[in-house]
Amino acid sequence: MIPLSHYLTLGAILFGLSIAGIFLNRKNVIIILMSIELMLLAVNLNFVAFSHFMGDTAGQVFVFFILTVAAAEAAIGLAILVVLFRNRGTINVSDLDELQG
Amino acid sequence: MDFKLFVFWIFSLVLIGAAVGVITTRNPVQAALFLVLAFFNSAIIWMLLEAEFLSITLVLVYVGAVMVLFLFVVMMLDINLSPLREGFSRYLPLGALIVGAIVVQMVFLLRAKSFSAEKFPVPVPRGADYNNTRELGMAMYTDYLFQFEVAAVILLVAIIAAIALTMRRRPDTKYQRPSEQVQVTKEDRLRIVSMDSEGGAK
Repeated sequence: MIPLSHYLTLGAILFGLSIAGIFLNRKNVIIILMSIELMLLAVNLNFVAFSHFMGDTAGQVFVFFILTVAAAEAAIGLAILVVLFRNRGTINVSDLDELQG
Repeated sequence: MDFKLFVFWIFSLVLIGAAVGVITTRNPVQAALFLVLAFFNSAIIWMLLEAEFLSITLVLVYVGAVMVLFLFVVMMLDINLSPLREGFSRYLPLGALIVGAIVVQMVFLLRAKSFSAEKFPVPVPRGADYNNTRELGMAMYTDYLFQFEVAAVILLVAIIAAIALTMRRRPDTKYQRPSEQVQVTKEDRLRIVSMDSEGGAK
């Protein structure tokens, strides 16, 4: 018998690790995108766990929509990355200062 | 310790290890492969939660499509890796501090009374006649039909955006124009010149 807090703790640890990934690899756009995917996975784990423990299918439907949006986000993000590399020859975040913000 | 708990521990430990691998490895290809491992393990954990359809979807959609896209892009770009690793050790203490604080706070919250086994009792395992795909489909095609259609539109927009962003026409590449080829007439290509026949035989 696995209690709910086990799943929630696992989700919290995954979420924290993906935040750490954004902190540590702040120069590399690819790893940042992967960290965002990992973050969405942690959130989905919480949704599925609550859906199971409350006996409600709506949580799983929500996970379905999150997967859809994440796939769209990954496709557009990687397309932007390819265009960026084609124009600038680098994917280093600190080189992307054309707007001088 | 019963068998389900044992399976949960094994796969969650491998999942955490794979997540650590994603954020610490030097090579983006290895990071993508670690992410694939993380998705597989999390699919197993979703299967423990009786979300069979979503766990198969996670493997098919994420590992089969999104991660392959990642690997394509990572291998296609010729990236110089050494400047991208700058600051890894410099940001490590601050990042570890903040992340440690977040995780400790969340775990304390989750360990508290509000999520205890009395409040959320472990549900009775469903019988072999329970069909997760059917349940999900019943919810999605009745109560969530509009949201489902919106999701389809989002995917269409993503396709168009990705193609429009990455498509380019190089000036030095020759292209066919099929419509002009089909519509060409005899007058465009053929010129009949009337000229005298040459001299004639002597």
